[in-house]
Amino acid sequence: MMTTTVPAWFADLQDEARAEYDTHPMPSRRDETWRFGNLKQLDFGGYTPDEGSEIRFSIPELPDGVICVPFEEALEKHSDLVQKYFMRNEPRLGSQKFAALHKANVKNGLFVYVPDNVQVEKPIEVSHVLKGSNKMTFPHTLVVTGKNAQVSVLDRFSSANDDDANICIAVNDLIAGEGSRLTYCAIQELNLVSRMIQINETSVGKDATAKAFTMNSGAQWARNEALSILEGEGAHSDMLSCSIPSGTQQFDQRTFQHHAAPHTNSDLLYKNSLYGNAKTVFSGLILVDEGAHYTDAYQTCRNLMMDDTAEANSMPGLEINADQVKCSHGSTSATISDEEIFYLRARGIPPHKARRLIARGFSAEAVEKLGNEALEDAVLEAVERKFSTL
Amino acid sequence: MSLVIKDLHANIDETQILKGVNLEIPKGEVHAIMGPNGSGKSTLSKIITGHDDYDVKSGTVTMDGVDLLEMDVDERSREGVFLAFQYPAEVPGVSNANFIRAALQARLPDGEELDAVAYYKNLYSKMDVLEMDRKFTSRAVNEGFSGGEKKRNEILQMMMLEPKYCILDETDSGLDIDALKIVAKGVNAMRSEERGFLVITHYQRLLDYIQPDHVHVMSDGQIVKSGGKDLALELEESGYDFLKEGELANA
Repeated sequence: MMTTTVPAWFADLQDEARAEYDTHPMPSRRDETWRFGNLKQLDFGGYTPDEGSEIRFSIPELPDGVICVPFEEALEKHSDLVQKYFMRNEPRLGSQKFAALHKANVKNGLFVYVPDNVQVEKPIEVSHVLKGSNKMTFPHTLVVTGKNAQVSVLDRFSSANDDDANICIAVNDLIAGEGSRLTYCAIQELNLVSRMIQINETSVGKDATAKAFTMNSGAQWARNEALSILEGEGAHSDMLSCSIPSGTQQFDQRTFQHHAAPHTNSDLLYKNSLYGNAKTVFSGLILVDEGAHYTDAYQTCRNLMMDDTAEANSMPGLEINADQVKCSHGSTSATISDEEIFYLRARGIPPHKARRLIARGFSAEAVEKLGNEALEDAVLEAVERKFSTL
Repeated sequence: MSLVIKDLHANIDETQILKGVNLEIPKGEVHAIMGPNGSGKSTLSKIITGHDDYDVKSGTVTMDGVDLLEMDVDERSREGVFLAFQYPAEVPGVSNANFIRAALQARLPDGEELDAVAYYKNLYSKMDVLEMDRKFTSRAVNEGFSGGEKKRNEILQMMMLEPKYCILDETDSGLDIDALKIVAKGVNAMRSEERGFLVITHYQRLLDYIQPDHVHVMSDGQIVKSGGKDLALELEESGYDFLKEGELANA
């Protein structure tokens, strides 16, 4: 429960957001950003915006000067910093209305600020556990790195039990300052009657490296919108995901790599392993601004179809307004080849284990790009947990 | 104790490939099968391994008295059959070490875990014999491997799995002489009274390094001639032309 009052600027922002939510139209079939999307999932009737989650922090020993506090405490004690960085970019990938809903209701989450030249080695971990029935929760993660700073943050989303339907609308703002290294990882393991919207916004400064990883395992429906803006020369952004939808789960992924400065590079790799009647939508856009010369931008979505009843939709896109640009985008959907299975079986590995081994390897290719052992282990454990249910 | 193939007939789709193959490979012996392209050599190896592209029409394949044709591919492998593939598959994302480990794990009873420390020690010592760089443990199975690296990797798996019967399908193809010697060293290190080998090759060259006890010539889906290791040398000199001329010696 909030015991303190929020700063005036924040109260105003929330009022505006409430108005925006009320007036902003619902997404429709005609919206390009909701193409192939399941609009029925946006009916939040019967759900109450409430403190429907329990939040647990696991914070390593931190060097002096690092701020790492619950979001509500940050509003109280570091109001200026929060104001400077909180949701400063308008969402562009279709969830403006839900970003407004988040803004109007956000109460908890994490604020991390790492000052110039300070490195935090171990990941900061936050666990959001959804509780109660028909609750909506709005966790916010705001991470800011100063010049040459370094930090990694892990957000976990889960449900307290298998039966309570909840909705989680999470926003993560990542602001990587000059020369810094910011790594963010989200592991979504909600129960199969809950829904998730995750809006990720990353700003990458000069010579900075930002990595944002999303692992989707749970939820009946999850929508991920990931925007990375390469603002400073020499900025690098990795946008990574591995998802394992099964049964009737639907994951809807929209990405945007915005190259706003020269000599920037971005690398996107999304991997989905689809089981049963699962469905995924991937829509990616690379935008290279005028003047953002010498951009390298790569976008790959790979779908591994574990059952022929699953459905994967991919819509890659490019818009280039500069010269000397290297861009590529591609998406593939493939089944495990008979040849691979035969080879593994010819070494004594039973068929179901052979398929598992290949699917695990498929996910691991995205996970390895995290380049952070603790986070990689956390994701791979979640991958194993998912496989153990299949 | 032997691998016994009796009167084996097999088709791929409607085409007859094997037309009555008879062969016995006792433990402790190395048998070579030579023959022109399309004679059915690779088909024979795939059928013993259990590839389902082929229909076995009649005949039997038994290993130490056990019917192999009744078993699934993976079961046959665990039972002790090993095929070193001519064209090993690439398995993206699965590291070589994890792959071989999974194969060994599959041989353990349920609930028993492979000792990881002992496993890596064993793996490294075998890799040293094959002069394979340690980086091959973490690389994805066969992905981006050269032809020679793939063949060495096959022999590495064979050394790790310690099968009862090893079938080498054109293991010499795509190998330069140095790689050939290394591969042969691995195979020769595996020769024992407890193990039988079937070496399929197009050229005699491999048999300089892996000396066979018996050589068989296969043609048009049958073994048409058998002899000692000198037969390979004869074939090297005179080629397979005798097959066309119909002067088939008694097999």
